[in-house]
Amino acid sequence: MKTAVIVFPGSNCDRDMAVALETVTGRAPAMVWHRDTELPDGTDFIALPGGFSYGDYLRSGAMAARSPILRAVADAAGRGVPLLGVCNGFQVLTEAQLLPGALMRNAGLNFVCRTVPLTVANSQSMFTASYGADETLNIPVAHHDGNYFADKDTLDRIEGEGRVAFRYADSVNGSARDIAGVLNDAGNVLGMMPHPERAIDRAHGGTDGLRLFEAALGVLA
Amino acid sequence: MKVQVYVTLKPGVLDPQGKAIHHALEGLGFAGVDDVRAGRFIELEVADSVSDADLDAMCAKLLANTVIENYRIERA
Repeated sequence: MKTAVIVFPGSNCDRDMAVALETVTGRAPAMVWHRDTELPDGTDFIALPGGFSYGDYLRSGAMAARSPILRAVADAAGRGVPLLGVCNGFQVLTEAQLLPGALMRNAGLNFVCRTVPLTVANSQSMFTASYGADETLNIPVAHHDGNYFADKDTLDRIEGEGRVAFRYADSVNGSARDIAGVLNDAGNVLGMMPHPERAIDRAHGGTDGLRLFEAALGVLA
Repeated sequence: MKVQVYVTLKPGVLDPQGKAIHHALEGLGFAGVDDVRAGRFIELEVADSVSDADLDAMCAKLLANTVIENYRIERA
């Protein structure tokens, strides 16, 4: 199992993500710098971590989505390599058009930083298969730009295709239809604002995030 | 040559920043403001050889997120 965490200038959850991946796989991930143009040979899981890549210049995730490594990441995702984007990673995935929609400033304008209840909206995906249908999870969020937006046709389409992975059980940031996580059409790319890597150890206050990594990485084991 | 790019939120996209600015203006006592929409202004210095199509591609690929934003290009 070879995993990789992409590191941008301004990433700040890359080490948390690395701990989560190593905890589940027993092997430290490759930390891949944004200027690299290739992933390590045989990479079979990629994570885009949270943080403030490029200082959120222009729009959150906009610069990272155009960085050299993203071409290799998009190619790998196109070949079916699982790709998880958390928080800023989700913003990068929408900016790179690997996922539909956009993440806008929170409706209340506040930076939201707390553990929130999430509902599993699709428990059949490779990332969510270890959760029960409609199970409620407690996962931390920490973001300013998590207000998911897409036009009505897109929202209807992704809901109809089961591509909403998670919803906020309570309104958190104004997201359309309380969407907290979205899958691509092939099901191998997940973007989510909440941080599963911050809920993998009892010392974190909860372990609901652990099963996401176990499911996503177990499929490959 | 100077090129000015105006990036604005599409109609119908909620603009919490515009709303906050609106409230702040009201708080300062300015009456009669019906709505505020915040956008972004970007100025480019480009060679004369840069075509309109190039500028349009710059906006569509990076300067604006066309999921939520419109853009307008003016050559100064």
